[in-house]
Amino acid sequence: MAIFLNAGSRVIVQGITGSEGRKHGARMIAAGTNVVGGTNPRKAGQTVDLSGRDVPVFADVAEAMAATGANVSVVFVPPAGTKDAVIEAIDAQIPLAIVITEGVPVHDTAAFWARAEASGNRTRIVGPNCPGVASPGKSNAGIIPADITSEGRIGLVSKSGTLTYQMMYELRDIGFSTAVGIGGDPIIGTTHIDCLQAFQDDPETDAIVMIGEIGGDAEERAAAFIEKSVTKPVVAYVAGFTAPEGKTMGHAGAIISGSAGTAQAKKEALEKVGVRVGRTPSETASLVRDVMRAG
Amino acid sequence: MDLFEYQAKELFAEYGVPIPRGKVAAVAAEARQIAEEFAAGNAGAKPLVVIKAQVKTGGRGKAGGVKLADTPDEAEDKAAAILGMDIKGHTVHTVLVAEDTDIAQEYYLSFLVDRAERTFLSMCSVEGGVEIEEVARTHPEALAKIPVSPLTGVDRAKALEIVRAGGLPVEAQDGAAQLAERLWAVFTDEDATLVEVNPLVYTGDGRVVALDAKVTLDDNAAFRQEWGSFADPAAVDPIEARAKAKHLNYVKLDGAVGIIGNGAGLVMSTLDVVAYAGEEFGGVRPANFLDIGGGASAEVMANGLDIVLSDPSVRSVLVNVFGGITSCDAVANGIVSAMALLADRGEPVRHPIVVRLDGNNAAQGRRILAEANLPLVEQVATMDDAARRAAELAAAAVNGA
Repeated sequence: MAIFLNAGSRVIVQGITGSEGRKHGARMIAAGTNVVGGTNPRKAGQTVDLSGRDVPVFADVAEAMAATGANVSVVFVPPAGTKDAVIEAIDAQIPLAIVITEGVPVHDTAAFWARAEASGNRTRIVGPNCPGVASPGKSNAGIIPADITSEGRIGLVSKSGTLTYQMMYELRDIGFSTAVGIGGDPIIGTTHIDCLQAFQDDPETDAIVMIGEIGGDAEERAAAFIEKSVTKPVVAYVAGFTAPEGKTMGHAGAIISGSAGTAQAKKEALEKVGVRVGRTPSETASLVRDVMRAG
Repeated sequence: MDLFEYQAKELFAEYGVPIPRGKVAAVAAEARQIAEEFAAGNAGAKPLVVIKAQVKTGGRGKAGGVKLADTPDEAEDKAAAILGMDIKGHTVHTVLVAEDTDIAQEYYLSFLVDRAERTFLSMCSVEGGVEIEEVARTHPEALAKIPVSPLTGVDRAKALEIVRAGGLPVEAQDGAAQLAERLWAVFTDEDATLVEVNPLVYTGDGRVVALDAKVTLDDNAAFRQEWGSFADPAAVDPIEARAKAKHLNYVKLDGAVGIIGNGAGLVMSTLDVVAYAGEEFGGVRPANFLDIGGGASAEVMANGLDIVLSDPSVRSVLVNVFGGITSCDAVANGIVSAMALLADRGEPVRHPIVVRLDGNNAAQGRRILAEANLPLVEQVATMDDAARRAAELAAAAVNGA
């Protein structure tokens, strides 16, 4: 099972001929992902060599889907073209579009999200500015390193890439069903809540780790959702207790505005609904170990 | 990027959003000249002008940063009093000298990104001129929140919906709706994440005017906008400016432990862990946020170390890298060549550097550092222990100094 991504996932790469698309396309193949093609309108009909495998290039997502049965697209198209690329994926009704690109203007993200909603959310969007989705042992779509963890029964959802890797590595002996990097932008497609719901419904997930950071109120909303709808144990970590007000900390969405979006408020909201919140990533990992042992 | 009021108003003017006539002054004598110019076209008006401190923070009025003047003499005096003032840690370098406006009523109007709903939002209220957070808290029914779709935007009908929902009186609705439409054009065409007018004013002679202006622009959209004139070298920390020129994501903080890491989340987390560890050592805190990203080549590492060490309050450095895509041997090589590069530049590293490498090729990376045998570099296996050691070293240096 896992969530969003499994052994049956057929993955295409939008922007497969660019340096990022090629590099990570090859890494995905090495990780066992079924990469069935890619897109670039100017190079349609050609193939691209990814570590010795010839991968076909199509003009657009619809054509790639028709030819290969692709059901996942990973978008590496640079910021100036990201909006059009994602809209192309939405219009082709691909079930899952994972937008890795960092630096997408928020007006563009708002526009493609509105398009997805208007077309009935037939396409799940993850990102932008995210490391992707990995279901260890099954499939890996994005830039999450495949060799730092193992298959298991923890579900992970995170705003941060490197904290995701850190957590997957610390808990590599227990292993993960799926890790979803949802990204740190102000507007993102798939939220903490969407992932919590999916992990709650996934019979292969026993416990959930949620990693948040300063900015917005996604963690507070997730806490309210957990109280109402999640019965599986949830352990959380929030980064940014020492972040100053009014400064963007790396991620476009990681900013405390006035008194809103602080790590302290998020931690308190989560603890109030019974979520154990680690003070450091390693303390968080050991809380997860406790939960998995108890379960 | 936040704009100053006068910059936001320049944008407003470009889009036909009505604003009071005004000009910027950096010295008091300029304020007098501007006031004289306005007096010539508006003989006997009292007050003549309003002098407003240009700082990127709220509460200017309460802090004494907004003053009325009846004469050019007074304009000069008041400007002299405001220039150089400190408002919540922001020094006033310029004032806006604007023609006084005959205010009949004050409203509130804004467009912003609604993160939770993943769309845009307009907020409007008949109660303007006060802190809008206060209105939202004490009587939220007075603050209308109208979602705006990026697909359909704001036309006249939508603008009227917004100002009516805000409870604006009939006589102000047409003018306010026209202004709202133009404000929406500023919001979308300029890639803003916030445009706010507080107060939006209905004048004695029946016009609707933006008396104040707050605009935040989306840095991610800089590639397709021309915002060069909005750069504000005075407000940017000099180290932050140098880091930006080298494409490094650096934020200056006030502690003694320099931080270098990869990935925004991990670096934020590192700051926290250092601050916790610092509690044991007299409250030592992180000196900066620096995310060197995925690459971490020797050059990037050298630039990073250079930037972090150029902060005179730094006493130790913590390099915390989790090799995901990055492999730790590359990072280790980066540190070794960075040390050599800085020595060649005549700026040898003088503070201890604590390094924690984990993840991809960590064993190899650790071996490279061990074999390089750099006296100032100390390796610690875990993030928590490395943070503690860096805090301890910084505290020892601070106390020894």
